[in-house]
Amino acid sequence: MTRFLTWVLGRLPIGWLQLTHNKGRFAAALAGVAFANVLVFVQLGMMGALTGSTLQPYQLFEADILISSSDSKSLTEGGNVARVHMLNALAVPEVASAAPVYISMVDWRVQEDQTSALQLVGLPIEAIDFMAPVLRPQFLQLALPDTALIDRKTRGGTEVFFNSLSPETPAVFEMKNRQIKLIGTLQNGAGFSADGNLVMSDQSVLRLSPSRSSGAPDHILLQVQPGASIDRTVELLKQVLPTETLKIRSFAKAAADEQAYQTSEKPVGIIFGFGTVIGVLVGIVIVYQVLSTDVADHLKEYATFKAMGFGEGFFLSIIFEEAIILAVFGFFPSVLAAAGIYHLLVLKSGLPVELTLASGLMVFIGTLAACALSGTIATRRLAHADPADLF
Amino acid sequence: MTYTPHSPISVSGLSHWFGEGETRKQAIFDIDFAIKKGSLTVLMGPSGSGKTTMLTLMGCLRDVQKGQLSLLGHELHGADETMKIMLRRRLGFIFQAHNLHESLTATQNVLMGLQVHQSGVRATVDVEQQNKAARHILSLLGLEDRLDYMPAHLSGGQKQRVAIARALVASPDIVFADEPTAALDKDTGLTVVKLLKELGEKRGITTVMVTHDNRILQLADRILTMDEGHLVDEVVPA
Repeated sequence: MTRFLTWVLGRLPIGWLQLTHNKGRFAAALAGVAFANVLVFVQLGMMGALTGSTLQPYQLFEADILISSSDSKSLTEGGNVARVHMLNALAVPEVASAAPVYISMVDWRVQEDQTSALQLVGLPIEAIDFMAPVLRPQFLQLALPDTALIDRKTRGGTEVFFNSLSPETPAVFEMKNRQIKLIGTLQNGAGFSADGNLVMSDQSVLRLSPSRSSGAPDHILLQVQPGASIDRTVELLKQVLPTETLKIRSFAKAAADEQAYQTSEKPVGIIFGFGTVIGVLVGIVIVYQVLSTDVADHLKEYATFKAMGFGEGFFLSIIFEEAIILAVFGFFPSVLAAAGIYHLLVLKSGLPVELTLASGLMVFIGTLAACALSGTIATRRLAHADPADLF
Repeated sequence: MTYTPHSPISVSGLSHWFGEGETRKQAIFDIDFAIKKGSLTVLMGPSGSGKTTMLTLMGCLRDVQKGQLSLLGHELHGADETMKIMLRRRLGFIFQAHNLHESLTATQNVLMGLQVHQSGVRATVDVEQQNKAARHILSLLGLEDRLDYMPAHLSGGQKQRVAIARALVASPDIVFADEPTAALDKDTGLTVVKLLKELGEKRGITTVMVTHDNRILQLADRILTMDEGHLVDEVVPA
């Protein structure tokens, strides 16, 4: 390593030699940097899980435009939309088809002492084109009353249980005093508020909630005519529908809006955001402490080098060399630790926690930046290295 | 010898103060001398006589406040930091406490004396050549079997010899040594200074040494004695 760094730097790698001279302290410094990285990784992972799980329900559908109540900030929050608006929307020539969608939360008693909260999604069977293509074959089977497809990723369920489900061998469980048959599965994923998803026909959903009116779905899905512009259609819809009570957006924008809402307005998103910032601050403090102590410990050596004629640039390069070494060598163990933690989180929570190249790069670049910042602050101590004091 | 800018070191009317306001105290009083190229000059005097202040002024480690101090043909009064850094690269320093870098081997410590002269551009550096020069000078000082030892594993005399090697490896014009034998036993101290003088003569290096060690006086070409900031005596041994 010393030879390689000598070749790279064109001088003795003083920073590397100083750091590795005291191996115990070096290991502790790396552990500190890795710890800060793991903090950031976990927060980013949770933030990624939040955004990922926010988008998951949208992946159940194939739609171009979403009409929601004006107070709706997510698929599950907000008031209902009068079904009559669906008919008015269909009057716009660019709109090819429309479907009401009913969304609510229900409890599924997995075992005697375990209950999972499921996000119940209901759609008319004839609106099969609004389901994601991969779900359409199973969706047709929901024409039978009180049948449902359950999310294979539902927390609390087992692989054996999900594999056993079929129209011929359904699992029956009681929900709101009705016998619901699970006749198959879909694959979507758990979120922060739901343990999984349950898909039914709209009629089954309405039978489960007699107080709900078929004339007041939660949202209306629209598909535009082939070749029609989605944005243009949204504008046309805004002219014919009451925008003071309705939110009319492209389906993609609705998903992006909800993502932004969950990450920047909901407490959980704000907490993860703060967690990331705290992780970065902890990293800066740890690296600063390591570098600052290192400079203080070597003031006499630095003063000697100053007396010998080394300039400020040389000392800065040593400190930045140390900062980069800490960043690089602290990064790799943190990736391994984060991968392990992510794996555990996925196993235990079912959340879509993924270690992506982008998040890895972000943390690595952030670590380099934090280390460089710490190094910059630590260089202030160099001023105390006065070669005249050596005599 | 009077002020002659062509000498490696020439001092005229040099005074220096420490502190500010009421605590301001004069440490050097109107000193004049010049030092011949290639000589070994010993600076003597009791503690607090101003020897070390003189050494730090001549070594470009302090700003000259009053008087003239010419070092290698450059006037230090009013010289900027860049000039002083450039001049320091032509000097060698040997400290009482050797000041070796504990994280570097003996060879690496000596290498630092060479690397101060490089630009830092990888292509211009011949690391192997530098290693060879560092190992050569350590061998001349009898440390051929300690080349890769860390300072913690060297004796006091060996450490001081590494410090001498570091000061001499780049063939400086002047070496400033502050009590180089203070931490050494009698025999080792004399051996180390003899080595310093021998290498200095071979390489044409001017040496200025602060010492209290009377045994070294026999090796000096000139002895300057200071007391309370004044140059009180100047002897050229027979």
